[in-house]
Amino acid sequence: MAERSFAKEVRDLELGAGDEFRGEGILAITKALLQSGVGYVGGYQGAPISHLMDVLSDAKETLARLGVQFSASASEAAAAASLAASVMYPIRGAVTFKAPVGINVASDALANLTSGGVTGGALIIIGEDYGEGSSIMQERSHSFAMKSQMWLLDPRPNLESIVRAVEEGFELSEASNTPVMLEVRIRACHVHGSFIAKDNKPPAFTLRQALENPVRDTGRIVLPPASYAHEKHKVEQRWPAAVKFIKERKLNEIFNGDLTDIGVIVQGGMYNGAIRALERLGLADVWGATRVPIYCLNVTYPLVDDEIVDFCVGKKAVLIVEEGQPEHIEQAVNTILRRRDVNTRIHGKGDLPMAGEYTADVMLNGVRSFIAAALPGALADKIRAPNVPSIHDDPRVQALTTTVPPRPPGFCTGCPERPIFAAMKLVEQEMGNHHIAGDIGCHLFACLPPFNIGATTMGYGLGPASNAAFNVKTDKKSIAIMGDGGFWHNGLTSSIGNAVYNQHDGVVIIVDNFYSSATGGQDILSSRADVEDRSTQHPIANAVRGVGATWVRQIDRTYDVAKVRDTLKEALSTNTPGPKVIVASSECMLNKQRREKPIFSQAVKNGERKVRERFGVDEDVCTGDHACIRLSGCPSLSVKRTDDPLKDDPVAAIDNTCVACGNCGEVAEAAILCPSFYRADVILNPTGSDRFMARLRGAVIGFLQRRRARRRIAFA
Amino acid sequence: MTIAPAPPAFDATKPLAIAVMAMGGQGGGVLVDWIVALCESQNWVAQSTSVPGVAQRTGATVYFIETLPLPPNAPRGLRPVLSLMVVPGEVDLVIGAELMEAGRAIQRGFVTPDRTTLIASAHRHYAVAEKQVPGDGIADAGAVFAAAEAAAKRFIGFDMAVLAEKAGSVVSAVLFGALAASKVLPFPREAFEATITAGGIGVAPSLRAFALGYEHASADLSKDAAAGKSTATPAAEPSESPKSASGKTYPALTPVGHAGYDTLVERAKAAFPAATHDMIGAGLQRVVDYQDVAYGKEYLDLLAGMLALDNAHGGAGKGYQLTSTAAKYIAVAMAYDDVYRVADLKTRGSRFERVRTEVLAAPDQPVYMTEFMHPRMDEVAGSMPAALGRFIESRPRLFKALDRIVNRGRRVQTGTIRWFLPLYVLGGLRRFRRGTLRHSNEVAHRDTWLAAAKAAAPGDYALAVEILAARRLVKGYSDTHARGQSKFDKVMVGIAKVNGRPDAADWARRLREAALKDEDGIALSGALKTIDSFV
Repeated sequence: MAERSFAKEVRDLELGAGDEFRGEGILAITKALLQSGVGYVGGYQGAPISHLMDVLSDAKETLARLGVQFSASASEAAAAASLAASVMYPIRGAVTFKAPVGINVASDALANLTSGGVTGGALIIIGEDYGEGSSIMQERSHSFAMKSQMWLLDPRPNLESIVRAVEEGFELSEASNTPVMLEVRIRACHVHGSFIAKDNKPPAFTLRQALENPVRDTGRIVLPPASYAHEKHKVEQRWPAAVKFIKERKLNEIFNGDLTDIGVIVQGGMYNGAIRALERLGLADVWGATRVPIYCLNVTYPLVDDEIVDFCVGKKAVLIVEEGQPEHIEQAVNTILRRRDVNTRIHGKGDLPMAGEYTADVMLNGVRSFIAAALPGALADKIRAPNVPSIHDDPRVQALTTTVPPRPPGFCTGCPERPIFAAMKLVEQEMGNHHIAGDIGCHLFACLPPFNIGATTMGYGLGPASNAAFNVKTDKKSIAIMGDGGFWHNGLTSSIGNAVYNQHDGVVIIVDNFYSSATGGQDILSSRADVEDRSTQHPIANAVRGVGATWVRQIDRTYDVAKVRDTLKEALSTNTPGPKVIVASSECMLNKQRREKPIFSQAVKNGERKVRERFGVDEDVCTGDHACIRLSGCPSLSVKRTDDPLKDDPVAAIDNTCVACGNCGEVAEAAILCPSFYRADVILNPTGSDRFMARLRGAVIGFLQRRRARRRIAFA
Repeated sequence: MTIAPAPPAFDATKPLAIAVMAMGGQGGGVLVDWIVALCESQNWVAQSTSVPGVAQRTGATVYFIETLPLPPNAPRGLRPVLSLMVVPGEVDLVIGAELMEAGRAIQRGFVTPDRTTLIASAHRHYAVAEKQVPGDGIADAGAVFAAAEAAAKRFIGFDMAVLAEKAGSVVSAVLFGALAASKVLPFPREAFEATITAGGIGVAPSLRAFALGYEHASADLSKDAAAGKSTATPAAEPSESPKSASGKTYPALTPVGHAGYDTLVERAKAAFPAATHDMIGAGLQRVVDYQDVAYGKEYLDLLAGMLALDNAHGGAGKGYQLTSTAAKYIAVAMAYDDVYRVADLKTRGSRFERVRTEVLAAPDQPVYMTEFMHPRMDEVAGSMPAALGRFIESRPRLFKALDRIVNRGRRVQTGTIRWFLPLYVLGGLRRFRRGTLRHSNEVAHRDTWLAAAKAAAPGDYALAVEILAARRLVKGYSDTHARGQSKFDKVMVGIAKVNGRPDAADWARRLREAALKDEDGIALSGALKTIDSFV
C-alpha cells in the first residue's frame, strides 16, 4: 500500500478525446503512455517519479481493459532489461526511474538494449533529480545518452509539451530503432497544469501475440561480430534516421524575436526559466512573446547540425542555457559551427555557472551578462546596472543568519528506525565509536544530528559491500546499515552474499520497516501486507540464511531499545566468523498510522472500548538537560520554556502528535536518563468494569492524596 | 548593431506569485492544492510546483504557485509561461506555516517591502539544532518579527497552531483563512470556503479553522489600518501564563495561613532587601514544599550569611545580585532530585489532574500512567541511612551484587493501587531524608560551593556571583547528573585558575555558557584550554 492513494488520479487516466486533464506532470506522462498504445510499463519507485508507479499500481482495471502489462521492477536494472520485449516485437514499452542514479544501475541493460536496437518504441522516462530537493549526487544523465547513442528528450516543462514528448518519443524510437530517454526534472514532475486529452489506445501488437509467435535474430544479440555491426549501424543508420525524424517532425522549436543579432539556445526543460529571465529584462512577456530569438531543444541528443547552423548563422552571439556539467551541448555546438565555419560567438558557461541549479536569479544574471556583452543597447540602463538596495543588506534581515536553524529531513514521529539508532548511540557510549557505513533510505537521516551515525553511502543496497575492505582482525568490527528496500534491490547478493563468501567479519543491520518507505511506502518482497497480484511476506532473515549467513538475529520490535543494544553488543563481541546480520523489523509508522488511524476512530465512533496511548513528561521532574532529545530527535518530543523561576533551561515536552511508539520510555529506561517520562493510557468508551475499577482506585488513591495534601502547606 | 525600432507590444501582465514555506508532513501540499483549485474555479490559470523527495520527511520545503486571470475571450488552451522556481523580489505572497520557516523565506530574499504580503503562523516547531542543546538553544523569535517588519509590505502573523487545535484541524486551514482575509487573491470568502468543501476531506473542522484564521487576520488588519502599519502578535509559548519580563512567574512572598511558614515569610521580608524578595519567595516555597518548614529556616539561615557578605561588599549598589543569585541556586541545591522527591511528585493529586488535561482526556475516560523508572544501586544506597549506605558503598562486591538485583528498568503503573501505595509510602519517607547518605553528600557539596563563593566575594563580587550561578550545571538524574556534576567541577577548577584576574567573572561566565553548549563538553574543554594558554 503506497503512501498516497491515487483513486482520483486513476479516474483521470480514463479521460477521452477533448477532455481537459488537470494535474501533476508525472500523471500526465502516465496518461500519455496510455494514449500512445503502450504495451507494457515497468520501473522502480523514487522521487520524483514515484507517483507514476503508484498510480499505475492503483490503475489495475484500466490497464487490464487496455491489455497493458505493469510490473513493479525489483530494480532499475530489472526495469531496463524488461525493454527487451521491444527488441524483436513491435510493442511499445516504457520504464521509469529516478536519474541519474537509476541509469547507473540500469546502464548494463540499457547499453545492451541500445547496441542491438529495438523494433517497438522503447521509452525510458527519467526523473532528473537535480538541484533543490534532490537527494542524490549532482550529475547529468546526458552523458549516458552520448555514450550508448540513446536519444534524449528534454521537453518544455508544461503538460502539453511533456505529453507530446511521450507520444513522439515512441515514434522517434521506432523511426531510428533506438531507445529514447525522456528527461523530466523534479519540478516538472510535480508541476500542476493541464492539457487536452486523447482516447487511450490498446497496444497494436500484444505480448500474447509475441509469445505465441516467437522471433529471433542473432544480428540483434551483443556478440561478435554483430556487436561491431551494431556500432556502425548506430552511427550510419540510426543516428541519421533520428536526425531526419527530429527535423521533419519539428521536435525542436524556434521562437522568433526582433533582436536578430543575438539568440538563445535552451534545453527544453530550461525554457520557462529563460523566458522569465528575459521578461525580467523587459525582453519577453508572460505569454511567451520574446524579442530575443530562441531555439528550444526539446531533443538535447542528438543535436540537429543544420538547425543549429540555420539559427546561428548571421547572429553576432548566441547564449546556450545548459544546466549542469560538463557542458556537452556547448561543446557540440562549437564543434558544429567550427566545422561549418560559422563565426557566431557562443556564450554559455561563464555567463552562466558551470555547476549548480539555474535558479531564477542565476538565470537572470547569466542572461543579463550575455546581452550586456552581446547587445547592450537592448537593455534599459537601470536593468543593465541595477542598483536597488537589496533587503538582504538590512541588519534586521542579516541577523537571521544566526537565528534561523537548519531543518534537514529527519525521522518521522514514531519512526521505528529511531530506536535502532538510539541503541547504536548507547553502544557507542559503552564500546566507543566504530566505522559505520550507511546506505540509501530513510535510515540515512541517522548521519544528521542528533544521531550523527554513518560515515559513507556508496549506493542502494551497497552499505555492507562498502565495508568489504575492512575485513581484518580487530576488536572493533565495522558496522553497516541497509534498508529492506536496498536489501531487495541488490543488497542480498552484492552485500550479504559478498560478505558471506568472503567471510567478512563485520556487523550488518538490516532495517526492515515493511515497505520501500523513503520512496513513498511501496510494497516489496518482505512486506507483511497481503497484496493482491503480488507475492509478499518473504522474510529477509530467510533470504539471508539462504545465501549462507549463519549468525542471524531477528528483532521483531525495534522499539525494544535494550534488546537492540544488547544484540548489537553481542554481534560486535562474538567470535563467529562471517557477517553478523541483525534484521530489525517494525512497521513504518507513517504507513501504520495511515492504515490504523481510520479503523481506530471508526471503532471509537461505534462505541467500542479502545485505549489511546500518549507519552508525556512531568514538567517538575524534568531538569532540562535534553539528553532524551539527543537520543531521539522525534518531532513530537520537543522543549518548552517553563515559568518556574528556579529553572533556567527549557524542559522536555511531548505534544499531541505523539503516536506512543514507546521510544521515549524505552530510551529513558535503557540509557538510565530520568524518571520524568510517562505513558498515559486513555480508555475510550470504558466498559462497566473499567468504570468500577476507576472508581475504586480513584477512591483509595484520592483519599491518600487528599490526606497528604491536607498536611502539606497549600501555596496559592 | 541593428535593433528593431519598434519592439512588439508586450502584455505587461505579471502573474501573482505565492511561495509556501512549510515542513514536510505539515500539510503544506493541501494548502497549495486549495489555492490552485480556488484560482481555477475563478477562471485563473494556476501553476504549482514543489520539490518533495526526502524533504517531505519533516524537513523544510518550499511550494511555489504562479497564477493569473485568463484574458476575456482567450482561446481555449491559451496558457502563460510561468516560473517553476521562486523568483526572489517578485513574490506577492509568502505563507510561512511556522515562524522560522517564515524567517527562512525572508533570508532567501522571497519577502520584499515593495510587494510581499507575509502571512505566518507565529507558533514554533523547534528544530533538532535547538532542542538538542543541553542548555537553552531556542532561537530568538523576536529576530524574525523584526526582520518581517523590515522586509514585508504587510505582515500578518499570529499563533495559528492554537487556533487549529481549537478547531480540531491543521494550520493549513487557518492559513487559508488568513489568506482570504488578506485579500491578496481578489476572491470572495465564499469561494475559499467552497474550495474547502469541494476538497471533501475533514470539511467541517477545516471550515472552523478557516473561520478562526479569517476573523483573527481581519481583526489584525483593521488594527493595522488604524495603526497605519503592519503589526503582528508573537506566539505565546505553549503553557505560558502572564509573566515578568524574564518570562517567569514568581510566587509572592506572602503568608499562606500556616503559622510556621508565615513566620519565615515575615522574617524574610524583614531581613532581606526588597530586590531579593521575588527569588526568595520562589526559593522558600520550593524548599518547604520539598521538605518542611525547618528546611525553609535552614534556607534562610544560609541566605542570611550571604546577605551579610553582600552588604559588606556594596551589594546595595549592585542590586544584591549575590543574595538573589544565592536565593535561586541554594534552593535548587537544597531541593535536589532523589527517589523520595520523584515518588512524592509522581503521586500528587495535582499531577494526576495535570496529566488528564495534558492528554485531553474527557471526564468519563479513565487515564492510567505508566512511569519509566530505572533505579540503580547508587540511588538506593543514597536513599539509605548514611552509615548503612557508606557501609555498602565501601564494599564493591556487595554493591555489585545488590546492583544486579536493583538495577533494571521498572514500569510503574501509578494509577493502580498496588503500585501507588509503595510510591506513596516512599514519598512519605522524605521526612527521614536528612539522615540519608545522599543528603550528607549534597550538603558537603553545597558547603564547598558556597565556601568558594564566599571566599571570592571580598576580592571580586562579580566572580562570587558567577560561582553561585555555576550551580546551574548540576541537574538531572543518574548519568545525566554525574555528567553535570563533572562539568561543574571542571568549571570550578577553571574559575580557580582565573581567580584574581580582573576579568575572572567574564571567564567564569564563558565557562558556564560553554558547558551548556554540547553534551560531551567539547566547547568547555576548549574554553579551559584557552585559559591554560594564558595563566
